[in-house]
Amino acid sequence: MAKRSAPEVNAGSMADIAFLLLIFFLVTTTIPKDSGINRKLPPMEPPNDDEVVIKQKNIFTVLINGKDQLLVEDELMELKDLRKAAIEFLDNGGGTDAAGNRCDYCKGKRDASSSDHPDKAIISLKNERETSYAQYISVQNELVAAYNDLRNIRALEVGPRKGFSDMDFVKMEENYKDAKFNGNKEKLKEVIDQIRKEYPEKLSEVQ
Amino acid sequence: MSKFKSKKDNALPAVNTASLPDIVFMLLFFFMVVTVMREDTLMVEQRLPLADQVEKLEKKYPISYIYAGKPSSGYKDLGDEARLQLNDKFADIEDIQAFINAERAAIAREELIDFLTVSLKVDKEANMGIVGDIKKELRKANALKINYSVGTGSALDN
Repeated sequence: MAKRSAPEVNAGSMADIAFLLLIFFLVTTTIPKDSGINRKLPPMEPPNDDEVVIKQKNIFTVLINGKDQLLVEDELMELKDLRKAAIEFLDNGGGTDAAGNRCDYCKGKRDASSSDHPDKAIISLKNERETSYAQYISVQNELVAAYNDLRNIRALEVGPRKGFSDMDFVKMEENYKDAKFNGNKEKLKEVIDQIRKEYPEKLSEVQ
Repeated sequence: MSKFKSKKDNALPAVNTASLPDIVFMLLFFFMVVTVMREDTLMVEQRLPLADQVEKLEKKYPISYIYAGKPSSGYKDLGDEARLQLNDKFADIEDIQAFINAERAAIAREELIDFLTVSLKVDKEANMGIVGDIKKELRKANALKINYSVGTGSALDN
């Protein structure tokens, strides 16, 4: 028998099939954008009796009431002024830290009635059940921004001396996480840790 | 003369569509690769608040999602109060601990269990009562790494 060649498959509808699949994936695709504000919750601790005494001047109280109004140090404040007030409080450097060192990198007013040292300064955030989540996030954002602003300024001072010029703190952290960054990562980590220690994020939430 | 004259002399030649499947396949593969199927069907409204001091959530560590917000249009009979959603269904505040334990058990690599991050996706209309309750339960379950999921924008516009 003579060998008969197989008939060619008609590929005319291939485009249609591919379009069908394409449209399906177009519709189901959600490009995920997972970003947010990282926080760490305090662990549940057994109640201990010996309370740590913190001086009133080292605490910066922020209260968001049920009507979304902001009470900062018992005074009404607008959200846009919060960042500046927090920076002034943190960067005051009026006294010494626990080891007795003065804050030689602070640029604040060195007001004796405000915080002693960034290491001691604590921001206390309190909200009520009726507070809206949007306002709470805004306040959290402004407080994180205050820390980031201070760290950025410090990074631009410390960085060039260690060989990382033109890099603010946020950029440093980004580079540290970036696998493609071709610099000395160990040295970068040192700088990041130093700045973190100089401006530790002490944000406590009243439950 | 007429013997050499083509019949379709003045008709436009058809556009060659032979490469159309290739182009479509290229697009198809692109979308297939970037597609992440939504794990949970949302039953609550999700309009995230805005903030600008955001950090990326790192995918290399396990992430669990907790949704909260008022029930979306299909579930109007449940009222306007913000509700909690775990996995694919509405849940109560007390279910969070069990949920976290289940999520921990589902992590294949044991060394990653401590790095479990809980992403809170809360609608901006919700109030802090429910968020506070969630945080309290998370502390009880010892899941302390949390991330408030937000959109990028100015926080002053919220």
